[in-house]
Amino acid sequence: MSMNTQGRPTRMEHDLDPGAYEDTLSGSRGLEQAEPLLFERGSLDVTGVDLPTPRGGKNRLGGMKREGPIGLPGLAEPEAMRHYVRLSRKNYAIDLGLYPLGSCTMKHNPRLNEKMARLPGFADIHPLQPEQTVQGAYKLIEELARWLMVLTGTPAVAMSPKAGAHGELCGMMAIRAALDARGETGRRRVLVPESAHGTNPATAVQCGFITDEIPADATGRVDMEAFKAKLGDDVAGIMLTNPNTCGLFERDIREIADLIHEAGGYFYCDGANFNAIMGRVRPGDLGIDAMHINLHKTFSTPHGGGGPGSGPTVFSEALAPYAPLPFVVQTEDGALLRMAENESDIDGDDIQPFGRLTAFHGQMGMFTRALTYMMSHGSDGLKQASGDAVLNANYILARLKDVMTPAFEGTCMHEALFDDRFLKDTGVTTLDFAKAMIDEGYHPMTMYFPLVVHGAMLIEPTETESKSGLDRFCDVLCGLTDAAKAGDADRFKAAPVHAPMRRLDETRAARSPVLRWLPSEDDSKN
Amino acid sequence: MSVKFTKDHEWVKVDGDEATVGITAYAADQLGDVVFVELPDVGKSFEPGDEMAVVESVKAASEVYAPVSGEVVAVNDVLEGEPQKVNESADGDGWFVKLKLSDKSQLDGLMDEAAYKAHIS
Amino acid sequence: MRYLPLTPADRQAMLEKIGVTSIDALFTDVPEAARLHGPVDLPPHQTELQVERALSKMAAENIAASSVPFFVGAGAYKHHVPATVDHLIQRSEFLTSYTPYQPEISQGTLQTLFEFQTQVALMTGMDVANASMYDGSTACGEAVLMAARVTKRKKAVLAGSLHPHYAATTRTTAKYLDIDIVSSKPDLDGLSGIADLIDDETACVVIQTPDVFGRLHDLTEIAEKAHQHGALVISVFTEAVSLGLVKSPGDMGADIAVGEGQGIGVGLNFGGPYVGLFACKNDRNFIRNMPGRLAGETVDADGRRGYVLTLSTREQHIRREKATSNICTNSGLCALAFTIHMTLLGEKGLTTLAQLNHETACDLADRLSGIAGVDLLTDSFFNEFALRLPKPAAGVLDQLVEKGVLGGIAASRLYPGELDDVLIVAATETNTDDDLAAFETALREVLS
Repeated sequence: MSMNTQGRPTRMEHDLDPGAYEDTLSGSRGLEQAEPLLFERGSLDVTGVDLPTPRGGKNRLGGMKREGPIGLPGLAEPEAMRHYVRLSRKNYAIDLGLYPLGSCTMKHNPRLNEKMARLPGFADIHPLQPEQTVQGAYKLIEELARWLMVLTGTPAVAMSPKAGAHGELCGMMAIRAALDARGETGRRRVLVPESAHGTNPATAVQCGFITDEIPADATGRVDMEAFKAKLGDDVAGIMLTNPNTCGLFERDIREIADLIHEAGGYFYCDGANFNAIMGRVRPGDLGIDAMHINLHKTFSTPHGGGGPGSGPTVFSEALAPYAPLPFVVQTEDGALLRMAENESDIDGDDIQPFGRLTAFHGQMGMFTRALTYMMSHGSDGLKQASGDAVLNANYILARLKDVMTPAFEGTCMHEALFDDRFLKDTGVTTLDFAKAMIDEGYHPMTMYFPLVVHGAMLIEPTETESKSGLDRFCDVLCGLTDAAKAGDADRFKAAPVHAPMRRLDETRAARSPVLRWLPSEDDSKN
Repeated sequence: MSVKFTKDHEWVKVDGDEATVGITAYAADQLGDVVFVELPDVGKSFEPGDEMAVVESVKAASEVYAPVSGEVVAVNDVLEGEPQKVNESADGDGWFVKLKLSDKSQLDGLMDEAAYKAHIS
Repeated sequence: MRYLPLTPADRQAMLEKIGVTSIDALFTDVPEAARLHGPVDLPPHQTELQVERALSKMAAENIAASSVPFFVGAGAYKHHVPATVDHLIQRSEFLTSYTPYQPEISQGTLQTLFEFQTQVALMTGMDVANASMYDGSTACGEAVLMAARVTKRKKAVLAGSLHPHYAATTRTTAKYLDIDIVSSKPDLDGLSGIADLIDDETACVVIQTPDVFGRLHDLTEIAEKAHQHGALVISVFTEAVSLGLVKSPGDMGADIAVGEGQGIGVGLNFGGPYVGLFACKNDRNFIRNMPGRLAGETVDADGRRGYVLTLSTREQHIRREKATSNICTNSGLCALAFTIHMTLLGEKGLTTLAQLNHETACDLADRLSGIAGVDLLTDSFFNEFALRLPKPAAGVLDQLVEKGVLGGIAASRLYPGELDDVLIVAATETNTDDDLAAFETALREVLS
């Protein structure tokens, strides 16, 4: 036989400790590539687009031409592609794994939605095109509005709010307008449970209301006695999330609705958690007067790293007349759909819009995606989806309840809430525990919210997780809990060590804010 | 010079008819790293319980209430550039405001150190 | 159902672990009277192909801007978006991530936001910018609220040529906060009258340039007057591409610059989602009163440079009823599209693009104002201008549609009952010479 000793070795030669070799020359670590700022990479004379050469000569700027450079660097297309692809790889995403942020409903985002939103007939039309050229767009808005009204059991919906908080503003402004129309200038107090999202009090104040907190009872729900004691002729209404931010259904919701109505106020329901009940419970049947729906939560339009969202807001008969402009109406002969854009487009005194929340008609791109999602599921699929969302959350609760500490007794809705009692005396905090999950390849749950629970951990798996995926997740949380209880606090304090970055110094960022790139002294002299 | 405390974690050091006000080390520790302090204008007057200043950490924003009534005669401008003083020396360099007392008898309603220690334990 | 991974056997095993017999049993906290037992009155699930057919049918009833000679503007503009932009924003890691609350695994979003903030600050000639607002109109409303907080005053003066949707949005935003909003008359000639409305009670004066009729304004003199009275100047733009060619808000003494970023990277989308740009001077009091999220630079435990959301105590989730704004989710992915397109353009591309827009608009203005009875009302403009027609503009537009041309917006659609004979026309780099010729020919025929 002939011996061939050339070529690469096939066996490790030594067991080497990698510790000494962790630092690299480039700052990259294999596939985890370091990427400088655009401003350190690009230059002012590079562009990644080919455009015709301007002819020059004509100028009707009336002396308003910019003088001097702007300072915007460009990148050629291949360089731009790498810059953003490399950066993208430093993000966690629902497409990479479970994203159990409570109250955020991070479910799978079907790509059919994206495809439909990009049809030129939807993506490439202008909001002020002649109405006869956008009838299909109006039909889509009307069709989505119909689905939302049927699912919520309400007679009206305002489509223009741009996100959940904008929908809250829409609902609370309608309440304010209705009170003003009744001449009720003394009703300015809005009751808000202490477990509410921060947007609720911020929104109420933007409508000229003051907020009054209602405490939670021992079961994590509105304390009915405290609620009743706060009712009075200065109460404008209540803002209540249902299912609430503890992941629990407010059992007394019908009574709350009746009492607030008897007291002369209105019921705003924060619909952030509608995913738990869609197709099973209609908020209209619970006595609500207004509720926003986060299309970017419940109806799967992507979060995109923080928006765009969309927050259509449904109304009861009592508030419907005050819904904002614009809205779709039919022409008298029924032949065309039109957009009522101004007060002058409205017939009759009984419709009194409180105003306009945004230019144009709302988040059409989100409407297309949400309707695609709804039609894909249908009435049966939506019901199954909410059922599976609640089932998944309860399965997590059941698997972890003896290891971690559930905040409240009993089953939950679509999210399971734990507190930090199980970490007592371990030296590990909720934050440390969450950061250790990052090392295990998971995005942490919502932490330290709601405020009614100490060291809160709010886990919302959604319906798009498999049982085997949930089992792996629960196994990891059990293992981490064991490690914390075994006294291995250092592992938690150091975490994450396997993420693109270690813990970041937020104090430094806030004490001496650096909010933009600036050329260094040396550069600016050139 | 006596030191008094409020249940909302302000301290008051009295020297003649002038009172220096800050937040307690316990409160500073609960807030975490202080990143910003908003102080009132000199010359402004407060009644007990009025919002007098704001102290912010990365995770929380809290109002500081006037423990007694009086007019602001000085504020600790150093905190504007070095809010960390509140963490490093809550009962010393990290003071907030000096008030000219208008009613010294209000001090009697505040806690002494022993009572405050019992309050936070 | 293709999006639901649980099998019937999984569900059964999970119910057993939980200790209940059915999914319905998990809903016992819901009052019995409110529980639906059958499905709601909506169609059942459909296959991808079925859904695609239904949506495509609706889409086909619309006339896409790219399919005809297209000249509609007034706050949203048709521009070409490079293919790279749409590919990159559909990367899973950008598309399907949440707000970057865990910075260790969100550096992609955070660094791009930091770059976005820097680009917006540079373009507007301001010092700092936030991480985006819903759109230009809501940014305008929020800017007025910010000015009221900063100056502790309660009066805002709006130019009459501010886009009427922006003015209406601002009025609504401020409606219940006791802020007095006064407007000058819609003025096709300039800013006459607005200076007289500024007094010592004024928090801010809000001026759009190019304005809704396309006219460019130099804010320098008004800014001087406003500053003498202790008022702030808010400069508004609805066409971000203009910043490649005309003086920036910062050049003209603006304190806050807000506008619509849709023209760069985002597309028309029938009005949304868009991206609001918000920038201001580097003043501690300004920054603390800014609405929306801010990405800032810091270091990690190993001393490596990284980015976090910062100054969050301004925001609703911490400050609650004392927050600067209730905004939470904003327009992250559209900000990403904007910043990618801007990176591809660079200064060189942006200035060329802006120049092409201006030249196309100049050509079109020459062609259309040469038609008998048509007057050009805007003597200085970027890529949009107003024409006076010898007939009501709304009817002319309908006749142009019959001839396959989308010829702009009737001013009366924005100012009901006024300016009947005024047509607002935009031209961009997407319009060819053939488009301009087709518009000219069609308008001649309609007016003859």
